[in-house]
Amino acid sequence: MDAITDNLDLFVSGYWTSLKICLIALVGSLVLGTIIAACRVSPVAPLRWIGATWVNMIRNAPLTVLLFFFAFGLPEIGVLGSYWVFGVSALIIYTSAFVCEALRAGINSVSSGQAEAARAIGLPFGATLREVILPQAFRTSIPPLGSVLIAMFKNSAVLGAFGVGGDLFSVSDTLTSARGYAATPVLLGVAVGYLLITLPAGALLALLERKTAILR
Amino acid sequence: MGEELVRSDNEPGRPLVVLDGVDKHFGSLHVLKDINLTVHAGEVVVVIGPSGSGKSTLCRVINRLETIDSGSITLDGQELPKEGRDLARLRADVGMVFQSFNLFAHKTILENITLGPTRVRKVDAKRARQEAMALLERVGVAAQAEKYPAQLSGGQQQRVAIARALAMNPKVMLFDEPTSALDPEMINEVLDVMTGLARDGMTMVVVTHEMGFARRAANRVVFMADGEIVEENAPEHFFTNPQSHRAQDFLSKILTN
Repeated sequence: MDAITDNLDLFVSGYWTSLKICLIALVGSLVLGTIIAACRVSPVAPLRWIGATWVNMIRNAPLTVLLFFFAFGLPEIGVLGSYWVFGVSALIIYTSAFVCEALRAGINSVSSGQAEAARAIGLPFGATLREVILPQAFRTSIPPLGSVLIAMFKNSAVLGAFGVGGDLFSVSDTLTSARGYAATPVLLGVAVGYLLITLPAGALLALLERKTAILR
Repeated sequence: MGEELVRSDNEPGRPLVVLDGVDKHFGSLHVLKDINLTVHAGEVVVVIGPSGSGKSTLCRVINRLETIDSGSITLDGQELPKEGRDLARLRADVGMVFQSFNLFAHKTILENITLGPTRVRKVDAKRARQEAMALLERVGVAAQAEKYPAQLSGGQQQRVAIARALAMNPKVMLFDEPTSALDPEMINEVLDVMTGLARDGMTMVVVTHEMGFARRAANRVVFMADGEIVEENAPEHFFTNPQSHRAQDFLSKILTN
């Protein structure tokens, strides 16, 4: 356990870095995923194609391939940036496809009469979606969205392996490779760190689900 | 108290809704066959007919919740626009009441009414609330303003839905079987509101099975069967002396029980 107690500050700073990555990616993927979902249900056919293509391409590519592309492919074609920005962007883009589909399940669960009533009072498509469909869809989507977001929190560990320094997972690399600590206690510490992100997140989602339940 | 609900630009008698040679298919089913129908301002047209006759579809094409294959529909002289902002603007002038109420489940009764006026008509929130309360008062559910739709009875929900449509100050109101989903004891409270509206001069197209309402409130009864308008007449003539076989057959079936 010395591995953890001796390096507590490293673990704590790794935890905060990972939490920061997770929160930025959470907001980013929710926003982007909602936009893609809006495209997929839009009355404009080209937008629907763009949405479907996005989901099918991103969802079916492994996250590591996407990260490789961002980290090494983009600089080759002249797009420069830090690993940090590339890593978080890749995570957001990857997760957006799953957020989109979880949301679309929620959108499909809202009865068509709700949209018809909104259109009947003269709300255009965007306002119908914002005012009537999405608020109800979000609530229904919370359980699958929760799974998607928790998977994303864990996927953020892959960023550490890609040289986005200082996050929780790269702490294990630093301690085992560079400083020679035994792997097991270090990895246990890292695992506990991730649990400290995902378990409260799960509890928050459960609370959110209870608070926003709607009578039908 | 009713006059302010009917638009001042709605001088009676002018053609408001005109369907001209309207055809529509659902796949291989020909649901509307060469429909020609003119609804004049201030007129109450009740559409009746057996289920599957196309009467609900007729109601829904008027604000383009269903598209048509051919023919034309004009509203107050203006051809129905294709999708987009123009269509939304036009729909704001057409009130619609659905069989299943379709109140916004996540909004309170008051918010259900004010959404359209504030978002579409850009009425400021305070005035929208005052007008909404007046409408809720009129349909008799003002006491429920802060509740959610699922907490209301079916009859109350449908009266709210009527108030929601009225809040847009529509030129014409469409009712698509407004009492068919209601328990029997709640039907009259909704019909009473509709009868009051008709008396105030609102232009209405009502798809219904309520023959009593048709007799009481309609200026004209349109009888549909198999996607066609088979017969149209004033209610007193239609109910006492139907001309077509199909109308006679339909009336004999519903009036004997």
